[in-house]
Amino acid sequence: MVDLGQYAVPVLSAYAVTIALLVALVAGSIWRARRVARALAEVEARRGRGASS
Amino acid sequence: MASIWEYANPRRFMATSGALLPWVAAIAALCLIGGLIWGFFFTPDDFRQGSTVKIIYVHVPSAIMAINAWLMMLVASLIWFVRRHHVSALAAKAAAPVGMVFTLIALFTGAVWGQPMWGTWWEWDPRLTSFLILFLFYLGYMALWEAIENPDQAADLTAVLCLVGSVFAILSRYALVFWNQGLHQGTTVTTAGVGVEEGVSSVFLYPMLTVLTGFAFLFLALVLYRTRTEIRSRRLKALIAQERMA
Repeated sequence: MVDLGQYAVPVLSAYAVTIALLVALVAGSIWRARRVARALAEVEARRGRGASS
Repeated sequence: MASIWEYANPRRFMATSGALLPWVAAIAALCLIGGLIWGFFFTPDDFRQGSTVKIIYVHVPSAIMAINAWLMMLVASLIWFVRRHHVSALAAKAAAPVGMVFTLIALFTGAVWGQPMWGTWWEWDPRLTSFLILFLFYLGYMALWEAIENPDQAADLTAVLCLVGSVFAILSRYALVFWNQGLHQGTTVTTAGVGVEEGVSSVFLYPMLTVLTGFAFLFLALVLYRTRTEIRSRRLKALIAQERMA
């Protein structure tokens, strides 16, 4: 394990916050993309049914 | 060879970005994970800064990409102004949260690096202050997109805001050149290995450039991905509006 000495807290907190923010950004982007894709599929399916009936 | 303007067609953009995304995301993951492991576990401490030098691998790439993200938004906004391509306006909108997070990372990592090295978390130094204002511009830009119902009007007004905010993006990068004062050091990345006293050593530079490449590809991947979402969202709103009118 790397010995960070007296600066362990600032170094580890910098990495932890960076990784947490990047993971949150990616997860948030995926969550919104899926929500929009699902809603769009529902509307297109509804319109498809409307057009065929 | 296809003209770049062909990608302004949403269908063409969706097809091309869909094919590119897995590759761009894979390169981003590889460079980010590899570079951070290299920098954190396999580089020595600095003789003056001790182990805090390891913060360079997250602070510098995020700061560089925070500024570049705004400049990409500026280019996309100018394209919107001149050619009225919706995809470019949506790409600028998609890039804003990514740039905002990069700016936040740079501000936080800068503060936790500054405390042990400068003895303070924060100083109203030209570079730090212009970076904080850039962060506020990111928040304002995102809020403006959400506040305006008409998408073309939102694209127009946010593009104007982007032009104004570009001043602070440029100031963030060149604050030391303009004012030559403050706690923050000058450029050390582009002066590495050219005999300049304060240039960053290659032992730190190469892992940092690897992480920077990772941040750049992550930005590209997220902008492509989020632009695809914005295009779908725009289509969804149009279909719902058509249903209401029918």
